Amino acid sequence: MPPGPGGEALLTVAALCLERGGRELFRDLAFAVRPGQLVQIEGANGAGKTSLLRILAGLSRYGYSGSVARHCPLLYLGHLSAVKALLTPRENLAWHVAGESSYSRPQIDEALAKVGLYGYEDVPSHALSAGQHRRVNLARLYLSQCPLWLLDEPFTAIDKSGVAELELLLVEHVRRGGAVVLTSHQSLQVAYPVQILSLSEGLAA
Amino acid sequence: MTVPRTPPGTAAFCLALLRRQLTLAARRPIEIGNPLLFFAMVVALFPLGLGPAPDQLAGFAPGILWIIALLSSLLTSDTVFRSDFEDGSLEQLLLAPQPLFMSVLAYICAHWLVTGLLLALVSPLFALMIKLPAAAIGALVASLLLGTAVLSLVGGIGAALTVGLKRGGMLISLLILPFYMPVLIFGSAAVQNATLGIPAAPYLAVLGALLCLAIALAPLAIAAGLRISVDA
Repeated sequence: MPPGPGGEALLTVAALCLERGGRELFRDLAFAVRPGQLVQIEGANGAGKTSLLRILAGLSRYGYSGSVARHCPLLYLGHLSAVKALLTPRENLAWHVAGESSYSRPQIDEALAKVGLYGYEDVPSHALSAGQHRRVNLARLYLSQCPLWLLDEPFTAIDKSGVAELELLLVEHVRRGGAVVLTSHQSLQVAYPVQILSLSEGLAA
Repeated sequence: MTVPRTPPGTAAFCLALLRRQLTLAARRPIEIGNPLLFFAMVVALFPLGLGPAPDQLAGFAPGILWIIALLSSLLTSDTVFRSDFEDGSLEQLLLAPQPLFMSVLAYICAHWLVTGLLLALVSPLFALMIKLPAAAIGALVASLLLGTAVLSLVGGIGAALTVGLKRGGMLISLLILPFYMPVLIFGSAAVQNATLGIPAAPYLAVLGALLCLAIALAPLAIAAGLRISVDA
């Protein structure tokens, strides 16, 4: 399919306002995320990027006003990697608590190989580095069939080549008809139009 | 493009969760052993405190055993969701398409298998240490099997509500101890009656009814508690 947004909205947000600690983080935020969109949320530290993503994912259910409608299954990767130190990377993915799908062993091994963890499938995760923990979590992106990805700082603790591969994966996903909403402090180096969502001004056209 | 996969059914997902929790527990055997060691230590304290009079000890034995079982259950209840909260797994569990009611039931079931069930199975040993009459041992095991399951479910509510707090240990005791009381009353009464040769079945039936009630209602409270704790 050609690049560019189109089709039914995967996520619609209307009149979203959030106040934390007596300070207004954003108000009257309204946008829709459609297949083929790669959206980057921008804002300074403490601007409410993570809060917004948690509201979009459905983890924060109180304390904001406005409406969020989710029309498809979504995958949310937060700051915490949800990787159990006592389980091996393979077990972490096979018994993942997100319950998205049951993966076969070859699928898991393939995904782990793609994030550069070939040979680490059966190493207890507490023996892995912080970056490798993040990579175990990112392997879920290779397995996922969810159309909508919400990624909170996915590049944290990932090395340069890993960042490049992840950017390719994101583009591949939106080209397939998925959509990505992510927060990041670095600008994406991708051959695909990135839409910037500013918390003060909304989604740029 | 591969064929779109569908999420696993609730039963398959809960089995995977159960397996995951049991594997995690098995890789930390010390946490399984601690409540049992605690039980053994406290049982050993009573002859020292009350004096080594076998008859006197035997009279108190049902109450003593049940109170210690309750305390050792309290010790472990805090840990059900804590590590999952700290590493972010809990967020992912809340986002899972399967009903949270069944998922938390799987968590509690795994917790009970490595705490309450083991405690009930080794309790005859502790009962002999304080001279519980042999006739009451069957009632002790049966009442602990039913009772500890209720304790795990009720403890799960406290754990879910306090998981977001750094030091939830004391608060969880205050929150859930009142709900432990009916279990203590009927559990120790079952054993007490068995020592006197009166049938324990009515008390066990009440414990069974409490368990049914807890299975039906506690997961609702646990699920709501987890959503609040993750939201905050």
